[in-house]
Amino acid sequence: MNSVKFFYRSGVILIAALAAALMGAMVLLAIGASPTATYVTIFTGPFADKFGITEVLVRAVPLILVGLGIAISFRSGILNIGAEGQIMVGILASTAVALAFPGSPKVVLLPLMLMAGALGGAIWGGIAGFLKAKLGVNEILSTVMLNYIAAQFYTFLLRGPMIDPNELETGSGTPQSMRLPKAAWLDRIVPETRLHAGLILAVALAVCVYILLWRTTWGYRLRAAGAEEKAARYAGVHVERSLLTAMLLAGAFAGLAGAVEVAGVHHRAIEAISSGYGFSGIVVALFGGLHPAGIVPAAAFFGVLLVGADMTQRSAGVPANMILVLQGVVILAIVSAKMYINNAYALERFARLFRRKEAARTGGAS
Amino acid sequence: MNIGEMSYNILSLGVPFSVALLVAALGENFNQRAGIFNLGCEGIMSMGAFLGFLPAFFLKNGPLAPHANLIGFALAIVSGVLLGLLFALVTVTFRASQGIAGIGLQMFGWGIAGTLSRHFVGGVTGVEGVPAWPIPGLSKIPFLGGVLFNHNPAVYLAFLMVPASWYLLFRTPWGLKVRAVGTHPRAADTMGINVNRVRYQSLMLGGAMAGFAGAYLSLCQAKMFADDIVSGRGFIAVALVYFGRWNPVGILGGALLFSLAQTLQLSIQVGGIKFPYEFAVMLPYILVILVLAFARKARMRGPAKLGVPYNREQRV
Repeated sequence: MNSVKFFYRSGVILIAALAAALMGAMVLLAIGASPTATYVTIFTGPFADKFGITEVLVRAVPLILVGLGIAISFRSGILNIGAEGQIMVGILASTAVALAFPGSPKVVLLPLMLMAGALGGAIWGGIAGFLKAKLGVNEILSTVMLNYIAAQFYTFLLRGPMIDPNELETGSGTPQSMRLPKAAWLDRIVPETRLHAGLILAVALAVCVYILLWRTTWGYRLRAAGAEEKAARYAGVHVERSLLTAMLLAGAFAGLAGAVEVAGVHHRAIEAISSGYGFSGIVVALFGGLHPAGIVPAAAFFGVLLVGADMTQRSAGVPANMILVLQGVVILAIVSAKMYINNAYALERFARLFRRKEAARTGGAS
Repeated sequence: MNIGEMSYNILSLGVPFSVALLVAALGENFNQRAGIFNLGCEGIMSMGAFLGFLPAFFLKNGPLAPHANLIGFALAIVSGVLLGLLFALVTVTFRASQGIAGIGLQMFGWGIAGTLSRHFVGGVTGVEGVPAWPIPGLSKIPFLGGVLFNHNPAVYLAFLMVPASWYLLFRTPWGLKVRAVGTHPRAADTMGINVNRVRYQSLMLGGAMAGFAGAYLSLCQAKMFADDIVSGRGFIAVALVYFGRWNPVGILGGALLFSLAQTLQLSIQVGGIKFPYEFAVMLPYILVILVLAFARKARMRGPAKLGVPYNREQRV
């Protein structure tokens, strides 16, 4: 039976993947690009050299962090779409802290900066959590609105109060903050590339999230509230509190992703720093089965996708928006396949089909 | 600028501004009444905005040019129906989680619109758009004429959709079916109503209306297309359905309130009171959160099975 289950599940996943690839191919055909060539470039291009491979991991770092936060919130029964806004607030908070204490030693400044980012994100996520827990506001709508608000706030600060004085002097006026002091930089772990120590942090946190959610009573409560609210309430779980905690944590992870991105890659707050990590993180979390052990490889996979999509934009002229299309169809395919993966009835029908064939074969042999 | 002139400006601008929100929310209302929470509205609007714009862009000097806007609206509506069908397949047939699927549809529609526009159009280009169509006689009424009867035809059509939606929802057998499958699908099923079919139909209708709303944005309001032309209006429309308590008349009130708040803010800025542009843009989004926070009691009166997939085979 187990092997049947395995075949059945891989069959469902394969069909879902094919359907997603087909829908993406239709869009590619519409703009006159070759789907096979595009897919081949996306999936092999990043592996051509050392830079490509490290770049995949550079993209995977924020995706892991955001994905972990999303997994915590989804597992706790709150659909957090607001990671994009939480990242931006995290970037603003961490940059402000790093710029406020330029003379401090690295051991103090770097952790302080990362914590500031997490705190900023937690506050932004906490707003939606509070609104949901206390006032019953639909969290999807509130987080989406908070994304737009954060985006405006972000450009306001980068164009006004936080703009690099140099930009004003030279008159170029690029909306970006001052460069962070070196003490606030995450170390590069592979020389001559952009791969930084944030990767280690992200993987370590993935382990922490696993322990937290699956090996503590506290995590069990969170998951219980998400799995079946009524039963959890009946068993004495404070559902509202766990919703708020989940949103605070999810926001903290997204904010941390923003801080790590600043400290590791750009070393200053610039416009479009997040470039959709908040939304890709949702796809990563779903693709990874809302489990840290799945999220880390899923983040690497989407890192390939993001770097590959950049490459096709340069080589084949496929617009970067194509990545949104692919992420959209992946989400639709995953949520559709989910019903079949855990559908005992469909599995049983499949198993019967399988057994009948088996019977026919052995029957013919005897 | 005196008060009369200012309020005239706000009202005569605010009325056409409300149309995209109004039509999309009326469409979303059909979805939610049937029990489906369609967050993909935003994506369908993006797609509608792009496809509505495309004929006007391509047929500029061709023989079909006079009909380009009409073709655009038709294309937008068709694409809305198709995306509605896709969403129905995912959420009704595959019974997927609607909130997440909606975000998927939003990315999908937004992504396609962006990809195609980068390829076929390139940069931001304007089109002539739909001209105003003053109603003879009525548009000459002082004050009211300019506020209500001096707009493009899509505005009149949109306001006619309010009583039409109300009639369809509350006075026809189909509307009763829609409300039944959103409130108690199993009872509806027992009475011989095909739950999935009604949900498919309402998603297609909602998609068509979202497509129309998108085309309105690019052809009548902005008269150009950019990737982010919808910028959250689809999500605001979803919130308006809550605000309007799942009733077309309430939704009309909400849409007008929103657009008036926005034009008020515009005219305050024109009037010389300066505050950062970014905060002005934030305003409607903040308003949505406030509205949702204080209109929460309305939730009680929403469709009972909103967001719950219906499984015929499940035991109760």
